[in-house]
Amino acid sequence: MSKTLLSCRGVETFYGKIQALKGIDMDVPEGKIVTLIGSNGAGKSTLMMTISGAQRARKGTITFDGTDITKMPAHHIARLGISQSPEGRRIFPRMTVLENLQMGSTVCDPKYFDEDVNMVFNMFPILGKRSGQRGGTLSGGEQQMLAIGRALMARPRLLLLDEPSLGLAPIIVKQIFTVIKQLNEKQGLTVFLVEQNAFHALKLAHQAYVMVNGLITMSGSGKELLSKPEIRAAYLEGSH
Amino acid sequence: MAGPAKDTKVAQERAALTATEMLKDLLVTAFLATAIFGPIIGLKTTSGSGTLVLDYRLGYAAAFIAITVAVRLLILLYGAGRSAAQGRSTAAAQAIAAPTRAAAPIDWTKFLAPLLLTLAIALPFIAMLAPQMERRIVDLGILVLTYVMLGWGLNVVVGLAGLLDLGYVAFYAVGAYAYGLLATRYFPQWLGEGILPWAFFVTLPIAGILAALWGMILGFPVLRLRGDYLAIVTLAFGEIIRIVLINWLSFTGGPNGISGIPRPSFFGLPFDDSPGGFAATFGLESKPIQRIVFLYYVILVLALITNYVTMKLRRLPIGRAWEALREDEIACRSLGINTTNTKLTAFAIGAMFAGFAGSFFATRQGFISPESFNFLESATILAIVVLGGLGSQIGVVAAAVVIVGFFEVFREMDFLKAILPEGTDPVQFRMLAVGLAMVLIMRWKPRGLVTSRDPTVYLKEKKAVSADLVGEGHG
Repeated sequence: MSKTLLSCRGVETFYGKIQALKGIDMDVPEGKIVTLIGSNGAGKSTLMMTISGAQRARKGTITFDGTDITKMPAHHIARLGISQSPEGRRIFPRMTVLENLQMGSTVCDPKYFDEDVNMVFNMFPILGKRSGQRGGTLSGGEQQMLAIGRALMARPRLLLLDEPSLGLAPIIVKQIFTVIKQLNEKQGLTVFLVEQNAFHALKLAHQAYVMVNGLITMSGSGKELLSKPEIRAAYLEGSH
Repeated sequence: MAGPAKDTKVAQERAALTATEMLKDLLVTAFLATAIFGPIIGLKTTSGSGTLVLDYRLGYAAAFIAITVAVRLLILLYGAGRSAAQGRSTAAAQAIAAPTRAAAPIDWTKFLAPLLLTLAIALPFIAMLAPQMERRIVDLGILVLTYVMLGWGLNVVVGLAGLLDLGYVAFYAVGAYAYGLLATRYFPQWLGEGILPWAFFVTLPIAGILAALWGMILGFPVLRLRGDYLAIVTLAFGEIIRIVLINWLSFTGGPNGISGIPRPSFFGLPFDDSPGGFAATFGLESKPIQRIVFLYYVILVLALITNYVTMKLRRLPIGRAWEALREDEIACRSLGINTTNTKLTAFAIGAMFAGFAGSFFATRQGFISPESFNFLESATILAIVVLGGLGSQIGVVAAAVVIVGFFEVFREMDFLKAILPEGTDPVQFRMLAVGLAMVLIMRWKPRGLVTSRDPTVYLKEKKAVSADLVGEGHG
């Protein structure tokens, strides 16, 4: 059993009076892909934002590699090595692809910049061709690749991916998931993946959690969950 | 297929307009304009002692000809820029249609900035050619440059960092009052009268620091605000500063303002006819215009410093963070950017430039009062930034010339009286004209006069790529 990189204990997050997370316990072991699936409004993105510091947990603790990050400002959390490809991609539309990647490398030493840009362009060759183009003029799939590439520029220890398949053509989804798998296998990158596309996510994940109404209702390895009839009924009908 | 092919050809013809062709075209324009305006405007008959006397108004005629040529030049440049853009998009079609590549069109935008700079440096000398207009031309130049500098300063806050600031004039006021109060009250007390010739240069950094401090004081409470809400709070801040200036009689002099603010000296040499003055030292005849010209170069240098610093900062992490902040604040935080510091530095640096400009304003006017720092000033500066194109340095220059220059030129247009109804003055129409100019700019260039944005980082292999593209032309 590898050591736990990120762990959540009893995390509760509120939007005003509305409770979005009702006590989440979750572990992300180092070097694994962990996925969180659930329907719309289950609280998946809220958990993601609570981890990255964009939302604050009212109760519970989040620790990253032994450091309590529950109340840490978002930019400090990013500097610890947690990098995020946020929901809706949130690339910088008026800046070029290369500038977007440069913003991603804010937290690390500029000497790695050329090397890391080459790494991202090898991973997503289309970004290399578009390097001087404004982010806002890219297609949805390219923007998603850019968001992931930008997150990788920070040389993260933990990569948070929020719905990378959202609104993309199946062939692009496949390409992106292949890259995630390669990142994990070749570089040993720890990935926490929030997805609605349960089929792809579960196939990829070492460890999976299912969230319903702000609570984790089920957990297990990706394969285990994929074979459970209730998961198939709730999340996989009509997919593949 | 006939349609697109024809378009391509037109685009080519226009793109192929070289410098010599352009020059020819302009010469023809000048000739025609001389033929038309020379007799119509250049000659005037007046009835003197029973006979008609011919008067020459060559200045007016020359102005009309110059305007015509300038407009023609703009049309040509605009056309060339457009067809170059078209040409890029139909590069493949062109390559098929025209194996022989026409002479590459000159990239005029590259020459625009050096051209404007040369013009700005030469302006006082150009003005010397028209002695009776000299003072007015240089004064107008100072005014336009002041607004260019303020526009560049506000561009940091609004254009780069995307923080809508409607109270920018407050920092201008802080700079002006810092100089006014220090130079008239505190410096003579603390340091004696001997400091006064140097007061401007000593106060300039102090005024900048004070304004930057006030920028941060405004920045702290508005850290969490954006867009409309930020606009309202900054608007209120601008008004608060002005109202404090009016009401704090014992400190600021209230509505009476501060008068007798020392004029700047030429690094210690006063501009007067005293033996130790500027004129005597350099063996010149003492003229009031010397001080005006010196002021002109002071504001030119200040504005250029503003531009230089801004352009440098854009390429540093802090400047890139400003731009990223404008694009997406949440993404910024998740990338490890400290948005608090980023916003505060944007406010502080923008305010600092306004403080410099304020000091300059005080020393130029010799008198300041809260009246000079009303909301209309903030609105004018913001209009310059928005009309120029958010974040564009050259756009700010263009917009400042249009808005401020237009505004002031109306005072000079006495000849319009001929066509206007009896008893009306062209000056009365200037707000209307400025408003119309704004509407037209927003109609035709909704994102401002200059919308292009230079990336701050390029790929190192860029040269190889462009060489490939050039090679395509031979295929």
